[in-house]
Amino acid sequence: MFKNVNQEALKTIFASVVSILIGLIMGLLILLVTDPSNAFLGFQRALLGGFNRLPRSFGEMLYQATPILLTGLSVGFAFKTGLFNIGASGQFIVGGFAAIFIGVRWTFLPPSIAWIVGLLGAMVAGALWAGISGALKAYRNVNEVITSIMLNYVAVFLVNFLVVATVFNQTRNESLSPTNAFIPRGFFNDLFPRTGVHMGYVVAIVVAIIIWIILEKTTFGFELRAVGFNRHAARYAGVNEKRNIVLSMMIAGALAGLGGALLYLSATGVHIEVVDVIPLQGFNGIPVALLASSNPIGIIFSSLLLAHLNTGGFYMQTLFPTEIINIMVSVIIYFSAFAMITKSILEKYLKQKGGKNA
Amino acid sequence: MEYVIEMLNITKIFPGVVANDHVTLQVKPKEIHALLGENGAGKSTLMSVLFGLYQPEEGIIKIREKEVKISNPNDANNLGIGMVHQHFKLVHTFTVLQNIVLGIEDTQYGVLQMKEARQRVIDLSNQYGLRIDPDALIEDISVGMQQRVEILKMLYRNNDILIFDEPTAVLTPQEIEELMKIMKLLISEGKSIIFITHKLNEIKAVADRVSVLRQGKYIGTVNVSETSKEQMSEMMVGRPISLTLDKEEAKPTTPVLEVANLTVAGHHQHKDAVNNVSFTVRAGEILCVAGIEGNGQSELVFAITGLVKQKGGTIKLNGKDISNSSIRERNVSGLSHIPEDRHKHGLVLEFDLAENLALQTYFSKDLQSNGFIKFDARTKRANQLIDQYDIRAGRRAKTNARSMSGGNQQKAIVAREFERNPSFIVAVQPTRGLDVGAIEYIHKQLVKARDAGIAVLLISLELNEVLEVSDRIIVMYEGEVVGELNPKQTTQQELGLYMSGSKKDKEASHV
Ligand SMILES: Nc1ncnc2c1ncn2[C@@H]1O[C@H](COP(=O)(O)OP(=O)(O)OP(=O)(O)O)[C@@H](O)[C@H]1O
Ligand SMILES: [Mg+2]
Repeated sequence: MFKNVNQEALKTIFASVVSILIGLIMGLLILLVTDPSNAFLGFQRALLGGFNRLPRSFGEMLYQATPILLTGLSVGFAFKTGLFNIGASGQFIVGGFAAIFIGVRWTFLPPSIAWIVGLLGAMVAGALWAGISGALKAYRNVNEVITSIMLNYVAVFLVNFLVVATVFNQTRNESLSPTNAFIPRGFFNDLFPRTGVHMGYVVAIVVAIIIWIILEKTTFGFELRAVGFNRHAARYAGVNEKRNIVLSMMIAGALAGLGGALLYLSATGVHIEVVDVIPLQGFNGIPVALLASSNPIGIIFSSLLLAHLNTGGFYMQTLFPTEIINIMVSVIIYFSAFAMITKSILEKYLKQKGGKNA
Repeated sequence: MEYVIEMLNITKIFPGVVANDHVTLQVKPKEIHALLGENGAGKSTLMSVLFGLYQPEEGIIKIREKEVKISNPNDANNLGIGMVHQHFKLVHTFTVLQNIVLGIEDTQYGVLQMKEARQRVIDLSNQYGLRIDPDALIEDISVGMQQRVEILKMLYRNNDILIFDEPTAVLTPQEIEELMKIMKLLISEGKSIIFITHKLNEIKAVADRVSVLRQGKYIGTVNVSETSKEQMSEMMVGRPISLTLDKEEAKPTTPVLEVANLTVAGHHQHKDAVNNVSFTVRAGEILCVAGIEGNGQSELVFAITGLVKQKGGTIKLNGKDISNSSIRERNVSGLSHIPEDRHKHGLVLEFDLAENLALQTYFSKDLQSNGFIKFDARTKRANQLIDQYDIRAGRRAKTNARSMSGGNQQKAIVAREFERNPSFIVAVQPTRGLDVGAIEYIHKQLVKARDAGIAVLLISLELNEVLEVSDRIIVMYEGEVVGELNPKQTTQQELGLYMSGSKKDKEASHV
């Protein structure tokens, strides 16, 4: 027999799988409704995802997974410490800008370290940005959901302004290329030639593991979780709960900011466009975190799932309009995440059923 | 109809524990039926089964002689069953009134109709003498009032089978008197009551019959008039219990805690909760602060422990001024605190027992190195405390704190606070909700701590406990110290007069 702990873990994984299946069925329904003749072929490509055209599609999938792994970690980390960071988007774009700025303007840095400085700068920027919500929550008891939503808008407009003021490519209405600070592609260059994936993915995985260690193995994580579960008891035990709330939010912000850097320092031609749109990667962090029950290691996999579907979507373009593909992917992901929430409800039901039969 | 409730052969199993093992409970109409048993004996579990919170593995329930299936609290409510939980289930950010009507609100065109509800609540509260402030937020009111809210919730729903899970554990003696009167009134109106308590004299005072559980098993039911307190406690624990505490004369030495002219602001700005209070607790003595709930004792403790900043005055611990020290600084310089509200302050319910037992020491050399938790050491320490303090927890160190019985949660806190080498312990109602055996044990621990040279400040609402355990008593009334008494030379009556403000020493504010 399994130990209870493993049973708990198995249950969670089982619930994730069931949730994803529910999401997939919903996605298929969307395709069937739109165009029954192509639905199954399209669905097959969606399911094949990163395996559609190996090795290239796989590299693309990893490239896609990189930023959302970090925004997922950002949201998940905050969840674990009792905070709902809906501001990952704002932190993401602020971090992205900081990285671009360093890449474009700090030309005195040698390329070998410029990208690292870019990543660090993005983390600092994201941390400071999220720190605003954290401080308001800790010292003024303002709900972090509200402040971080508002800060998303502020971030987008502020970054637009700063891009125009400092790193503007006027002809294309977007940021300049941070040519000096592109993240090296390392061994991915040989494994997946002509794709976007770079060493940033390795950075992301390492960060996920570090976050897991912090939360589960350190006294700092113990404090953060204590504050998250019961602020009063943490305070009673002498934990500086205000400082911890701010720190926790700042770490979440640093993660999202790093995500921004990992996207905008890719040598794939992505730039910050001067448009009034909140970056999707931030919001995608929410279902990615939910799907993994906020477990950092789980988030590695849930972000891969989303990237997998997005890559599959790329190969469906000949069959379906992009809008439908996007809808399908969102439906799958959001249904899965939603189903995850119903896990607890289901569990309760099963328990009662069990009680009846016995 | 012979029985209004029959629970027959109920078995409920949790991971690692059989909480109810073929338990039978038969309650007659219009009786107060006491349910007695040690901490963790399975009383709350049995009541949760009756209230539809848990599904039993085995057994049947008959209500008014009809077999029923109670799948959730709504079913229970429809059968007229109401429950005041051991740990209240109120929404803290809602008002009293909102909590009472929650779930059965009147709406018209989708708009809440609170006016009638308010009137009914006010009427009920007058009729039964359940004083409440309908517009106060739950988080701002005392536990005593929270409980009155829970009782009103049942009455508002017209329940006629009422379950009281340890209602008196959180009440003042006066409130207990009131509650017992109310319970008798309810019985005379045709309701039936199941009454869980650890206090044998309460059973003696109001209950008609008592059923006893021990370690999940049904021991028996007896008529209260035909049994004695000693017999009841023996049925419950399985061995004779001494209901009095023997202790030697205290030998106080140096001052450990010195409080001077302490003033603490009240919740409502106009009045200070603690007003210019001074006293000293010396090593080797138990000083008890007696008083009716809400006379500034909680705020006094919050200021001493650092949870609230005082408005004026100083606090010294072992000669060192800690008035402006952080909570952590106080905790590591020898202050231990058994808090009044064990769920709010004492425990992180989502954590397991090992984590909760390490809540005050996780940062110490023994339990971490370079910021990494030493899991083996933590588990070992937890298991040691579990054994030493006889904490009943199904999965030992891994037990989720939320799943533990109230008394065992309290034992865990006591274990944690006693076992970190304090020089000063402030214990706020440390035996609240404990069974006689455990109370005996905690009292002995307090005396043992005292004899080991620890200064103990005991806050208690329980006159018996005050007189039994303390070496010196000070009485607080409306934020001030109104008297100092010697437990050997005073009586419950005299103490009561001080507590109600009818009597006052002249120079009492400097003890
Ligand atoms: N939800 C749960 N999950 C696991 N174990 C539980 C759960 N609820 C109760 N238990 C265990 O079942 C046993 C009985 O607990 P219960 O709360 O019924 O005791 P009790 O008689 O009410 O004690 P007390 O007087 O301390 O309140 C205890 O060992 C407790 O740890
Ligand atoms: Mg109980």
